[in-house]
Amino acid sequence: MTYLSDVAALARKDLLLELRSRDTVPAMLLFVVSTLVVFNFSLPADSRDLAAYGLLWVALVFTALLGLLRAFMAEREQRVLDGLVLTPADRSAIWLGKCLAVLVFLLLAEVVALPAFHLFFEPVDATVVAAVLLANVGLAAVGTLLAAMAAASRARELLLPLLFLPLVIPIVVGGVGASIDDEPARYLGFLVLYDLIFAILSWASFEYVVTE
Amino acid sequence: LSTSLRNNRAAVLAATAALLLLTGVALAFYWVPNAPIEGFRQRIFYIHVPVALTAYACFGWAAWKALRLLSTRDARYDLESYTAVHMGVIFGILTLVTGSIWARTSWGVWWSWGERQLVLFLILFLFYSAYFMLRYSTEPGPRRANMSAVYALFGVVLIPVSFLAIRLAEGLIHPVVFDRDVGSNLATSQLVTVIVCFGGTLALAAALYTNELLGKRLDAQLRELREALT
Repeated sequence: MTYLSDVAALARKDLLLELRSRDTVPAMLLFVVSTLVVFNFSLPADSRDLAAYGLLWVALVFTALLGLLRAFMAEREQRVLDGLVLTPADRSAIWLGKCLAVLVFLLLAEVVALPAFHLFFEPVDATVVAAVLLANVGLAAVGTLLAAMAAASRARELLLPLLFLPLVIPIVVGGVGASIDDEPARYLGFLVLYDLIFAILSWASFEYVVTE
Repeated sequence: LSTSLRNNRAAVLAATAALLLLTGVALAFYWVPNAPIEGFRQRIFYIHVPVALTAYACFGWAAWKALRLLSTRDARYDLESYTAVHMGVIFGILTLVTGSIWARTSWGVWWSWGERQLVLFLILFLFYSAYFMLRYSTEPGPRRANMSAVYALFGVVLIPVSFLAIRLAEGLIHPVVFDRDVGSNLATSQLVTVIVCFGGTLALAAALYTNELLGKRLDAQLRELREALT
């Protein structure tokens, strides 16, 4: 029980911080909508219907990236991470708490992005929503771990996209497949598999990233 | 004395690599019959596939060393894991180059998104290039060693996941036009040649790895000495 309450306290801290400063979520919302508008002008008129779904996934991945760039900002500036590592809480609880906060930010961005996509481009059905929800787990899990790595390096903002994008290519494949294929089940299954593998791996290895 | 022994090991490995690779190339040119459709030019297969397998072996070795680092916290595994990734990237680039040449000779294009192996190696190349970025932009120390190790472990998990993703994407985004399923029905002569070539590239990778590791260790020792003197 204490593990879960640690996680809840850490996630609550991040959400409260965001509620007071409003640093990340408004930026993500604006970013995802402006990306969709840019896509409107980058798609030739006759290639719309299928290509638009691919671009939705590009927009989602880059929006997640934008949110992750700020995920450990406060921790780094105030040197919170050192303090958190010193507390008796399990280190993986830090990862899980941050992961949940990132997940909430992503969901908030998508609450705007998916209706906007529906309005501007193609219809969003239940399968697309399911794929997006599954993809969120993988994006948040892998992203949180890599953001912690990037925060420890000198390059920081520059490094995270380089680490993040090659690792989330499978999510894009699964997401696009589920959105446009007639039989989305195996793509959704693939997303579940990805989530399981990489969530467990990130959860288990986070301790090594924040300790010496 | 131990240094000279280690030097000899690299030399023995290098000689083995040269011998096996020369034998392999000779076998590929003179023993193996022409492929039914592709003809003579299909013989790049005997370099391309062993090089690709060697790259996987290097990445696997790097992950194994990373696992050892995380379980024992012994700093020497960090250097070994790093060197293995380094070799893996070199063989990965070779795979991309030979695969590209093969695609050019048999289909007339330098790149085909329908070729699983090539696409996978492109993803891996991007992934492991970021490994170097991570290392070079982080202060040396136990934390960098841990992060590199975790990243190397992610890589070895990413290989099968990406392969599955590419297979899924294949049927979806671009229909499979080319079928190059050579592996399913290899004749004995082909199998023997591939194995000899694979042994050669593996020995080459091991020789390069030993040599590189030796150089890096010397470098580290030299730096320690220099710091002790000043």
